[in-house]
Amino acid sequence: MSKSNRQNTSYKISFLDRFKMAISLHKKNAANTLLDVLRHPTNSLLTILVLAIALALPTAFYVFSSNAKAISSNWSGGVQMALFLKENVSQEQRAEFIQELSFRPEFKEVVLIPKEQAIEDFKQQSGFGDALDYLDENPLPDSIILTPYENHSGAAMLEKLAQELEQNPVVDLAQLDMAWIQRYQAILEISQKVGTFVSILLAFGVLLIVGNTIRLAILNRRDEIQVIKLVGATDAFIRRPFLYTGFWYGLIAALLAALMVNIVLLLLQQPSSTLAELYNSGFSLMGLAPSQTLTLLAIGAGLGLFGAWFSVSKHLKDIQPT
Amino acid sequence: MIEFHQVFKRYEGGHEALKGVSFELPAGEMAFLTGHSGAGKSTLLKLIALMERPTRGQVILDGQNISKVKDRHIPYHRRKIGMIFQDHRLLFDRTVFDNVALPLIIAGVSDREIPKRVRAALDKVGLLSKEKQLPIQLSGGEQQRVGIARAVVNKPPLLLADEPTGNLDPELSADIMNLFAEFNQVGVSVLIASHDLALIARMRHPVITLKEGRTIRNELAEAAFDE
Repeated sequence: MSKSNRQNTSYKISFLDRFKMAISLHKKNAANTLLDVLRHPTNSLLTILVLAIALALPTAFYVFSSNAKAISSNWSGGVQMALFLKENVSQEQRAEFIQELSFRPEFKEVVLIPKEQAIEDFKQQSGFGDALDYLDENPLPDSIILTPYENHSGAAMLEKLAQELEQNPVVDLAQLDMAWIQRYQAILEISQKVGTFVSILLAFGVLLIVGNTIRLAILNRRDEIQVIKLVGATDAFIRRPFLYTGFWYGLIAALLAALMVNIVLLLLQQPSSTLAELYNSGFSLMGLAPSQTLTLLAIGAGLGLFGAWFSVSKHLKDIQPT
Repeated sequence: MIEFHQVFKRYEGGHEALKGVSFELPAGEMAFLTGHSGAGKSTLLKLIALMERPTRGQVILDGQNISKVKDRHIPYHRRKIGMIFQDHRLLFDRTVFDNVALPLIIAGVSDREIPKRVRAALDKVGLLSKEKQLPIQLSGGEQQRVGIARAVVNKPPLLLADEPTGNLDPELSADIMNLFAEFNQVGVSVLIASHDLALIARMRHPVITLKEGRTIRNELAEAAFDE
């Protein structure tokens, strides 16, 4: 063949073919990296377990704190206020006051407990029984039990209401037993803040673990990367499988974390419902809702992807063919 | 195809590998680059493939001043060049077929096309029957042929080879050189760095001789002068 007979050398690639190939490359990368992770369980298992635990801890914490919140919201719905009336209040005054209270918009229920009934109840419940018969007169006052509506059962609101009612001349004392609820809620709030902080730290941990795993993978394939760069691979081409690896690590770890949390919840289901029964509570342990599981998976995969991205953009530049 | 205009290359640490090299390789030409080791042959090839940048001077490839090629466009630049190395630079965990397919996958050639082109390239280097083997199962000469198949599979207009016969016995070396000559005959420009002077002499192609970073003989220029 003579030199004048030159053929046009480079292959031409149409835009459509390029697009199709880009899609097919993504599919292949995704499949190959997943297979790679699954096929070398000894390499990846430990990393994935560590990641799963780092994801499971905040998830478990989240589940327990939302359960704890649910318990306390049940309670604040059950908050009641007791008004103890003065001794010298007449029947008419008392009836008038009850009327007045039941017109107020805050209260769902207004129940009068006359002192005769109070002493009867006390006799039965306290077990002092007959001993109380020796008293000359009933030492207990009339009382009114007020049950506020849900939207009026906030701690500060009730506090204010109690103060206001105490001003009323027929009222001796307004008692609101919610200090312990407030304490509970304060503890909950603190533990939630600590939980958020720890979760952020653990998320950083996940980023670092994935980043480091990818860094090792990159260094392992140093020679390969040099060769691929020599034959014209773009950084995006080289980066892609590592990003997918990080993505899979995160996603699989999140799946495992969801599994762990659900197992723990399953184990706690029976004891917690027994406990709730003992307290006459309708409370039942809430698990991970499907949407929350999806969020967990998205967070896991996202962290994996980001960790890989940081690592790849940091280390790929250093590898140049020589 | 390739033009060097007063190209200098000084490495970090002060070593001056090239001290004002100029030559021109016309398109479709095949030439040898020779000289003792350390004369600057490898550096010269690396400048063309943008594995290094010149300190001074211009390198022009296909009419384009390649110092203007941005880092992120280097991959596309390299796709126009088929490179062959003394140590083959194959991926040892992949089959012969996969090694040769690599430039096509990188360039985004469709799955339908890849087997056809890979087999065409393997056929040219006489390794069609070995496509399923791993490089480690092949002899040195065969590994080099895989390297050549990988370099030509994308049909680049230019082939660069750095001591392609460095580890081969004379007979195999001649085979490899003839292979390059065959590619040259269908219009590919070829530049081969080699210090196998006996073999080069038999090939009857222009020779550029480097010594300590300078061109001491340029038969390409002499040929042009003769015409």
